[in-house]
Amino acid sequence: MKAIIIDDEITARMIIKQVASNIPNLDIIADFSNAIQAIKYLNKNSVDVIFLDIHMPDFTGFDFIESLKNPPKIVLTTSDGNFALEAFEYKFVVDYLVKPVELNRFQKAIDKINTFVLVNEVPERVEQKAEPKDNSKTLYVNIDRRLVKIDIPSIYFIKAKGDYIKIKTETSNHVVHCPLKKIQEKLPNKNFLKVHRSYVINIDKIIDIEDNSVLIKQDVIPVSRVNKNELKRRLNLL
Amino acid sequence: MKLEKPNLLYLKNISKGDASFENKIIDILNEEFQEEVNNYYYYFKLKDYNKVKIYVHRIKHKMSILGLEKSYKLTNIFENSIRNLDFENQEYFENMLPIMLQFLKSIK
Repeated sequence: MKAIIIDDEITARMIIKQVASNIPNLDIIADFSNAIQAIKYLNKNSVDVIFLDIHMPDFTGFDFIESLKNPPKIVLTTSDGNFALEAFEYKFVVDYLVKPVELNRFQKAIDKINTFVLVNEVPERVEQKAEPKDNSKTLYVNIDRRLVKIDIPSIYFIKAKGDYIKIKTETSNHVVHCPLKKIQEKLPNKNFLKVHRSYVINIDKIIDIEDNSVLIKQDVIPVSRVNKNELKRRLNLL
Repeated sequence: MKLEKPNLLYLKNISKGDASFENKIIDILNEEFQEEVNNYYYYFKLKDYNKVKIYVHRIKHKMSILGLEKSYKLTNIFENSIRNLDFENQEYFENMLPIMLQFLKSIK
């Protein structure tokens, strides 16, 4: 079984190579410190497995997955357990290893690879995972199996409620099954700010600010003490 | 909060007696760590928190290699709190840095 490693940290690559050396029939044929190098390599070479770090500075593991036309089996490696659910939305992700990688756990990942049946389909959520682009003015959200287009500058604020978010815009309200954090990542940082654990607001839509709240349209949005300074920093104060 | 002591148990466990591998990793940890700490403080001063997160993440990975399980968990919280400018466990994290540095120098 031919495999490559993609991880920006040399120690992480060395450790995977070391633990992989204990596995018969697993051959690490190359390793890369960034995803771009790996893409170039994969254009000319085929591999059975990729050990892929999610958390890389310029081009994340998820960006890399989306760039592949015919992905092989992928084992994600990360220091952050928070991405586990997101990772398994991709059909060719076989396993998810949290660093530091232990030999026994690595062996289990190899066992999974050997029994995993790869379905060659583009992941359904590819479009939702596109990297936020500051110049993008639209966002598509999945509502009742339809992708509904939302004009980002028209958003007043987003409120989290349980597993759902409510997006209030100039023209309509949308309720979407999605964590607040996930939609925040899709919105331009310069305009949108999380001011409270349940609210992300469009700073351009603020009418006024009083004590620990902001007024947007006719809604009073609470501002947490910890977020107040950042909000002030973002404003063009006289 | 009591600070942890680094150790080489994890490295010894995966090296299976391969001293060459252990030495290479230790050399790299020594080469990279001081620079990452410097960069962490530099970007913190500049309030470039995206960069700060990168170096916290790298140092966190080194914590895991050096058997610092509690520090790793606390740093994970710190890393995730940077986005919201909460900086939870920052003091603990920064207190661990000289301890790690000293340990790495001692095993060089």
